[in-house]
Amino acid sequence: MLFALDMGRVMSESLTQAFGPLAVVFALATIGLNIHFGYTGLLNFGHVGFLAVGAYGPAIAITSWGMPALPAVFVGIGFALVLGLILGLPTLRLRADYLAIVTIATAEIIRLMARSTALRDVTRGAEGLNEWAGGIQAVDPWNGEVLDFGPFTYRGNQISVVIFGWITVAIVSFAVYLIMKSPWGRVLKAIREDEDAVRALGKNAYWFKLQALLLGGAIGGLAGFVWGYTNATVQPDVFVPTITFFFWTALILGGAARVFSPVAGAILFWFLIVFSEAFLGQLVADGTIPTSVIDTTEVSLVRFLIVGLLLMALMAFRPQGIFGDREEMALDAR
Amino acid sequence: MPADLIKTGANPLSGIAEKPGAVKPDPILKVTNLTRAFGGLKAVDVEHLEIQRGVITALIGPNGAGKTTFFNLLTNFDQPDTGKVLFNGDDVTGQPPHSLAKRGMVRTFQLTKALSKLTTIENMKLGATSQKGETLWRGLLPFTWKAQEAEIEARADELLERFKLSHMRNEFAGTMSGGQRKLLEMARALMTNPAVVMLDEPMAGVNPALTQSLLEHVKSLRDEGISVVFVEHDMDVVRDISDWVVVMAEGQVIAEGPHSSIGANQRVIDAYLGSHHDAALDFSEDLLGGAQ
Repeated sequence: MLFALDMGRVMSESLTQAFGPLAVVFALATIGLNIHFGYTGLLNFGHVGFLAVGAYGPAIAITSWGMPALPAVFVGIGFALVLGLILGLPTLRLRADYLAIVTIATAEIIRLMARSTALRDVTRGAEGLNEWAGGIQAVDPWNGEVLDFGPFTYRGNQISVVIFGWITVAIVSFAVYLIMKSPWGRVLKAIREDEDAVRALGKNAYWFKLQALLLGGAIGGLAGFVWGYTNATVQPDVFVPTITFFFWTALILGGAARVFSPVAGAILFWFLIVFSEAFLGQLVADGTIPTSVIDTTEVSLVRFLIVGLLLMALMAFRPQGIFGDREEMALDAR
Repeated sequence: MPADLIKTGANPLSGIAEKPGAVKPDPILKVTNLTRAFGGLKAVDVEHLEIQRGVITALIGPNGAGKTTFFNLLTNFDQPDTGKVLFNGDDVTGQPPHSLAKRGMVRTFQLTKALSKLTTIENMKLGATSQKGETLWRGLLPFTWKAQEAEIEARADELLERFKLSHMRNEFAGTMSGGQRKLLEMARALMTNPAVVMLDEPMAGVNPALTQSLLEHVKSLRDEGISVVFVEHDMDVVRDISDWVVVMAEGQVIAEGPHSSIGANQRVIDAYLGSHHDAALDFSEDLLGGAQ
């Protein structure tokens, strides 16, 4: 029965998604998280909050304020910066764990506020903002077309998200590479190791941490915009806490504090998710796996089991992630 | 310079009254009415203390005397409940520790803070102050900071050479031994071009072979005109390098003076051994006498 399996289709589907719009969103978001956690050691468990404001920003600016489409994108990044200030100013003076608590709560507050009746006029509650992307679609060069290239197939606004998205990921990654090589990045890494040592050497650790939080948050906001545009709608329940932990998964997969790890982690994450779903889906559909074991509706749940098992295997055999340095990792144990 | 004075024999500390709170001819640090309480316990209660520029001052005292708390207050890593700290004549009480470091006071820690996942040379370069490249936007434009970075690196290499750490240059600091970390921390502190170096138990956990070289390094700081304040338990170390000793007990400064006279001070002996140690001895002698 296994021979009836259409591996070509499974691979094509998996690769399309591995380099698809959601992988772009995840790559950008995880680059932001890498600045927070990988380089600075900030425990941000509410990264999805930055994406939420980054997505709602342009949508609200266009629908409520009647702003032109392109400048509206920057409203989202502006919102993310404001969120960074609100989170950072009170908590970065405290120990690292406080930021973790505050971020996870804030992300949920943002989602619940967006779907509340009080803000119904602006955010349209749980239904979300649906007609905001028209202005951007109008200038989208490939909207309505189909891109068929090797195993990859993208349609409509996916094409520009994938093309412009990966270009943006490349530019942002290069910028992160440059600043982490600079003395500024050196201070961040030193803060990650020991904040007091940095203070004793005359650096304002608080200010550096705030800058890192804002920079990573702004990149998260950009990721939120890409996500909103991909869906052509901004709905509150997309931004659930689970997503934050998917970003963490992608980051750990790639290996923290490496420039390419968020990108590789995002691609690998989506490849594993889609591959296991497509592969299992086919096996269930052609009866290789009897429906008494898994039925078609359970496939989408079982894929997370598989990704979880693979992650556990990775942590057991390669705890530093794909790009991490095992020797560097081992220094922690000393 | 005071260091020259010492070499020529004219000790800037000669003729100073050997009593707590003594006035010094050229104090770099001045403390008045400094208190810090933890709950009901007054950990530090220092009425007046001056620390002379250009000499090595040791801060000693039995366990729980408040040395480390006092040290944290001097370096602004902790805030006093009352009182003032004057550094170079300026009131620095309550300023954040990093701004104190920019003014020229640098400290090390009892538990050495080598930054494990940075290489030795990166650890050193971090120490340099007013780096252009520490501004975010300049980070994107390497040509705006590369020249300064090269200067810093040259200075860092010089110091590594002096502290005999050159062979560890490109290794992670986390791979160093405890003694090497102490050396690195001291060398890194010098990258800030300090006027005062505050060392919190510099010899703790260092093997005897390295102790001697560490001591020489501390002495050479003084010879360069840098003031040194250090907390220490090891009396041999104190005797070897300190020009002036400040003794604390129960949060207060109980004695001051050169190490030669401190050992004979009755209050110091009482603080270390308990004020009734003589009485107890007499008692046992009485017992022995009674048995005979």
